[in-house]
Amino acid sequence: MPAGVEADFRSPFSGGGGLVLGRKNVISAFYAGLFYIASILLVVGVGYKVFRYARTPAPLKIPVSPAPRTRTGVVFRMVREVVLFESLFKSNKWIWVFGYLFHFGMLVVLLRHLRYFTQPVWWWVEIVQPFGIYAGFAMLAGLGGLLLRRIVQERIRYISSPSDYLMLILLIGIAGTGMLMKYVEHTDIVQVKAYFIGLLNFQILEIPSSPILLIHVGSVALLMIIFPVSKLMHAPGLFFAPSRTQVDNAREFRHEVKWARNLPPLPEDIEQKKEG
Amino acid sequence: MVALDINTGKSPKFVGDPHAVPKIECGAMADVKSFAAHPEHNEDLGFPGELLDNWQEVAIAKIGELAKKNRAFQVYLDTCVKCGACTDKCHYFLGTGDPKNMPVARQDLLRSVYRRYFTFAGKYFPWLVGARDLTKEVLDEWYTYYHQCSQCRRCSVACPYGIDTAEISMAAREVLDSVGVGQKYCNEIIAKLKKTGNNLGLNPKALQATLEDLEEDLEDETGIPVKLPLDVKGADILLITPSADFFAEPHIDGLLGYAKVFHAAGVSWTISSYASEAANFGMFIGSYENMREVSWRIRQAAKDLGVKRIVFGECGHAWRVGYSFLNTLAGPFDFLDQNYPIPQHIMEFTADAIDEGILKIDKSKNDEYVMTYHDSCNVARGSAMGREEGGQFDLPRKVLKAVCNNYYDMEQDTIREKTFCCGGGGGLLTDDLMDLRIKGAKPRMTALQQVSEDHGVTHMAAICAICKTQFSKVMPKYGYQMDSILSVHQLVANAVILDGEDNEDDTASDADNTSMEEK
Repeated sequence: MPAGVEADFRSPFSGGGGLVLGRKNVISAFYAGLFYIASILLVVGVGYKVFRYARTPAPLKIPVSPAPRTRTGVVFRMVREVVLFESLFKSNKWIWVFGYLFHFGMLVVLLRHLRYFTQPVWWWVEIVQPFGIYAGFAMLAGLGGLLLRRIVQERIRYISSPSDYLMLILLIGIAGTGMLMKYVEHTDIVQVKAYFIGLLNFQILEIPSSPILLIHVGSVALLMIIFPVSKLMHAPGLFFAPSRTQVDNAREFRHEVKWARNLPPLPEDIEQKKEG
Repeated sequence: MVALDINTGKSPKFVGDPHAVPKIECGAMADVKSFAAHPEHNEDLGFPGELLDNWQEVAIAKIGELAKKNRAFQVYLDTCVKCGACTDKCHYFLGTGDPKNMPVARQDLLRSVYRRYFTFAGKYFPWLVGARDLTKEVLDEWYTYYHQCSQCRRCSVACPYGIDTAEISMAAREVLDSVGVGQKYCNEIIAKLKKTGNNLGLNPKALQATLEDLEEDLEDETGIPVKLPLDVKGADILLITPSADFFAEPHIDGLLGYAKVFHAAGVSWTISSYASEAANFGMFIGSYENMREVSWRIRQAAKDLGVKRIVFGECGHAWRVGYSFLNTLAGPFDFLDQNYPIPQHIMEFTADAIDEGILKIDKSKNDEYVMTYHDSCNVARGSAMGREEGGQFDLPRKVLKAVCNNYYDMEQDTIREKTFCCGGGGGLLTDDLMDLRIKGAKPRMTALQQVSEDHGVTHMAAICAICKTQFSKVMPKYGYQMDSILSVHQLVANAVILDGEDNEDDTASDADNTSMEEK
């Protein structure tokens, strides 16, 4: 544990008077366990899925137009997809606006949160701090727009399952509780930071028992747990969509996969075929 | 030339929005089903003749197998976030209002079952993620709605993750076939091709007679013996063209166009009776094995005839298989001349011939037409042409502008990679689906009506046998005559002047001819 943090806070499981399982300690331990499990499930789950995507062959060249003819072209295409949401921009402006506000709002908010996990705080994370506040509003606005669309727009309502609404509500809950802690019900942020830095060093300190904070971090853990078994897999999945990631060069380079190579050979000349 | 009273008004009027979104009407197309295949035809293709007793087990196993063998299928089933960007992109939804014709809803017919049997969430919380058991009703629903998808990929262009409904639809059809539920139109045609070499069932003698008739027609018209050779060993070029080019209008006129271009270019070429079909219906039913077997005939014909090059005629899905899959399925083509693309599209051949000034062209021969061009879906989104990206859009337009004085494009969001399918692609070009075909053509027809209104366009050209047949059937429903759809090479044929051809105003011209620019 970094110096300066340890001095301020007591660990319920270390030092002095031995193990005292008070209510606060139970909560701290519960959340510690939750975050360790959530992190393992997230990393292992996503890793397994990505491994499966990568291992599964793409038997045919199926790039969809406008398809680049070179690997470099494909890299640029994917960068545009990830950074600009290019295809979505071309196909639906409203979803693009809300989706973009949400995703990039969330990105900046996540970067801002790095300050709770680094000691000393990296310089560029310091720079991000003020933007993180606005990004929080952007994220909420985007999520709100997406939820509203899902409810109001008949076509999207038709294709929505309960999980589609719940996912948005969960994210709104996470962003909302975060904003509440910023503007309404402050929590002891120094202690929160100590708790998470403690977790990074496999030490369980005391987490502030503010209900809003507990809802906030609990929802984040839940999101991490469901990530690998939900549509959140769209994030890594994007990089495995053959329609976007393949180079359009089927005539120049023969594309072959193993299972297709192992198919029974077909006759080479016509006479054989006629007799057979 | 056009039945529609388009040019009488003083100023252009708004005809309609090709992208107009209909009100959702659940079950609107639930009763539109194409005929089921005869058991014999299913068996010809290596599938069970009739619905298996343990169909449920077999279907689920097949889904698992496909998820292991095809990355696209597996990833696309996982990554959809139901954002809704695709929901207004399918011409069948726009034309019918049936919500199950929205791409995401169509995918979900299968995704819901995949989730139930293959994912954690679907196994333990089916109600939460909309997972459902595979029942006979679900299987019937698959048959209905996966035969209302023309696999045109317009939704894939719109999807932020590139999810391609065509891949799901092909997989679904393969699952259906694997339990003995085949579609008559596709399976009968593939069975026919395996016996005769073409979808039509034309035997070599009949094909020979047809080609000889066409040669006579050409000689009557031009006074020059332009040949349509069949099974000529040692020819330079093997032409692989859809069998519709041998009998249907306006397809035949396109075939005559290729013949004239080859004649003018002075190359030796031949058609093969063994591989007398460009279209590969194996793709429609998602069957890699059948697609490979059909493709293999092209390799065999090329070897048998000892040709140096393979050129494909005007056929959309054929060109997707030709351009994107042929090298994989039937390659390597190391026995062909490596200085030319393998295979090459007739449009690439003609565009090169125009560039090199080989063709003598009189554009005024097409002055009776005011043209537009329909990008065929599988050419536009599943293949390419030429050396530059987007060649599949630019080369046909370049050729059209080189042979016609009057050319205008339709609305930008309805052409190039955003083109609307004709409504008959992907194995749906059968009379039992006529209701769907007419409704599915609506977005394209609306865009055409608009360009007719704005610029007096009278005719539309295409380079796909299915588009041509589909449009000649459905255009009369939208106020056009059935011959308002033309082959691109039909216009080339009209404008090309062959050496020695009798021609009163022999103003042969080439690249200098300025073409009428589109607005």
